[in-house]
Amino acid sequence: MDEILEILTKDARTTADEIAKMTKQSPALVKKAIKKYESDGTIVQYKAILNPEMTEDRNHAKVRALIEVSILPQKDVGFDHVAERIYSFSEVKSCYLVSGSYDLLLIVEGDSIQTVAEFVSSKLSPMENVRQTTTHFLLKKYKEDGKLFKTAPRLKRLNITY
Amino acid sequence: MEISKIVDDLPPSGIRAFFDLVLGMKDVISLGVGEPDFATPWNIREKAIYALEQGYTCYTSNKGMPELRKDLCLFLKEKYGMDYDWDLEILMTIGGSEAMDVACRTVLNPGDKVLVHEPCFVAYAPLVRLAGGVPVPIVTVAEEGFKVTPQKIAKAWQKGVKAMIFNYPCNPTGTSYTRAELLAIAKVVKKYNILVLSDEVYDELTYDFEHVPLSTLPGMRERVIYMNGFSKAYAMTGFRLGWVCGPEKVIAAMNKVHQYTIMCAPITSQMAAREAIRNGAKDVQVMKREYNRRRNFIVTSLNELGFSCHEPQGAFYAFPKVTHRLKGMTSLEFAKDLLEKEKVALVPGNAFGSHCADHVRISYASSYDNLKEAVARMKRYLEKYHGKS
Repeated sequence: MDEILEILTKDARTTADEIAKMTKQSPALVKKAIKKYESDGTIVQYKAILNPEMTEDRNHAKVRALIEVSILPQKDVGFDHVAERIYSFSEVKSCYLVSGSYDLLLIVEGDSIQTVAEFVSSKLSPMENVRQTTTHFLLKKYKEDGKLFKTAPRLKRLNITY
Repeated sequence: MEISKIVDDLPPSGIRAFFDLVLGMKDVISLGVGEPDFATPWNIREKAIYALEQGYTCYTSNKGMPELRKDLCLFLKEKYGMDYDWDLEILMTIGGSEAMDVACRTVLNPGDKVLVHEPCFVAYAPLVRLAGGVPVPIVTVAEEGFKVTPQKIAKAWQKGVKAMIFNYPCNPTGTSYTRAELLAIAKVVKKYNILVLSDEVYDELTYDFEHVPLSTLPGMRERVIYMNGFSKAYAMTGFRLGWVCGPEKVIAAMNKVHQYTIMCAPITSQMAAREAIRNGAKDVQVMKREYNRRRNFIVTSLNELGFSCHEPQGAFYAFPKVTHRLKGMTSLEFAKDLLEKEKVALVPGNAFGSHCADHVRISYASSYDNLKEAVARMKRYLEKYHGKS
């Protein structure tokens, strides 16, 4: 992966000038490269990763569920067509085709357990080609995208050593 | 109680008071730390925990666990083409520090002179003195990138010089050497029949070229004691584990000193080190890439501040000259003032050599956010108290 992308995936706030210093390139070149990555869709979005337990509305936090979906593949288009019909729902935050005992793994978000349950029972399950679903509600987030969600332990180094 | 003369005569560290000041202060952004800011990779820690659970809590053989020495032997062969016998020519020590201490005590007779380049790690000259030797400085300077050159060795050489302590990549300067430079050094070392105690503990953190161990150069195996450790590359400082390679006769003699001094290196650390050797390479590379980016950032930033910073080729230190940018301050006064006013800690250069009072050591083994904040604070401090650059 290009070093510019590597740096941005670690911390999207890093400015082009800072990346230029870190990679010994000119700021103009770095800016140009980032523009290109943004316009060709390599960089899709910049966003913050929140710890839901720390946000102000944590008592009204969204409910998330992992949903395993078994589907019947369709002639010519395989899984893709069914997948598209499923991931187009706004409730579906992520959708993966996986190997193993089911086919699609969805991450679905809703305001409450009822909302998610309703999505499954009234929108997902009745779909043609959906054979079976299994819903797992997320109870606690320990780690996401390489980030831990508990407060990081203080570095135990001495402040100054030879 | 009377203290031995040799210990009593050891010069006290001139900046001990400054260190105490830093250690007693809270919420400091410290660029004064001589160890990685990464935690030891989890697989290595997990192996240490498992070893404890399995009851590996006893002594090992003096030289270290045979399995570890065999693994290390293969590792060095693959990495550098080194050819040391795992049983007769490798000794596991308590970090590189014990390695250097035991090496000095093993090879020096009272009054033997030892070339020590300055600036250098603070322990070298005291260890030489404790072993009865006499340190002879080789002064290296910023204008030459703090390099030890064949000319400097020849100039510093005098009757009675038996050995030279050589550290590369160097703490505090980050200076390292290409194969061609090392070949030239090897030539002069052979000419004057000097034994080299080569501290290569930062070898994995070499950024601009491949690290070449001095002992792998033609004719050098017999006159080099090669020292390394797990502290820096694998972020394992607290495990206190290093090693020495050298000719059988030297290792056998060093083992005598080692066995009477500390018996053996801790078994938990040795078990963890096996995991580091076998499955640690990827993490080392990840950390190295990160250090390299920070190096580029810090060197550029320091020069932009008006300091004068040569480019270090390895380790995780920058050693800029700072006093020309200050209004009549030594680097120690600057370090104290910066600590007091902006809560940024760094190490004054005179800790590493008497001629380095114009420099400070800045460790970039600190998170990128910390480095950024420290640079911003130094900028604010300089503009407020020492004018625009």
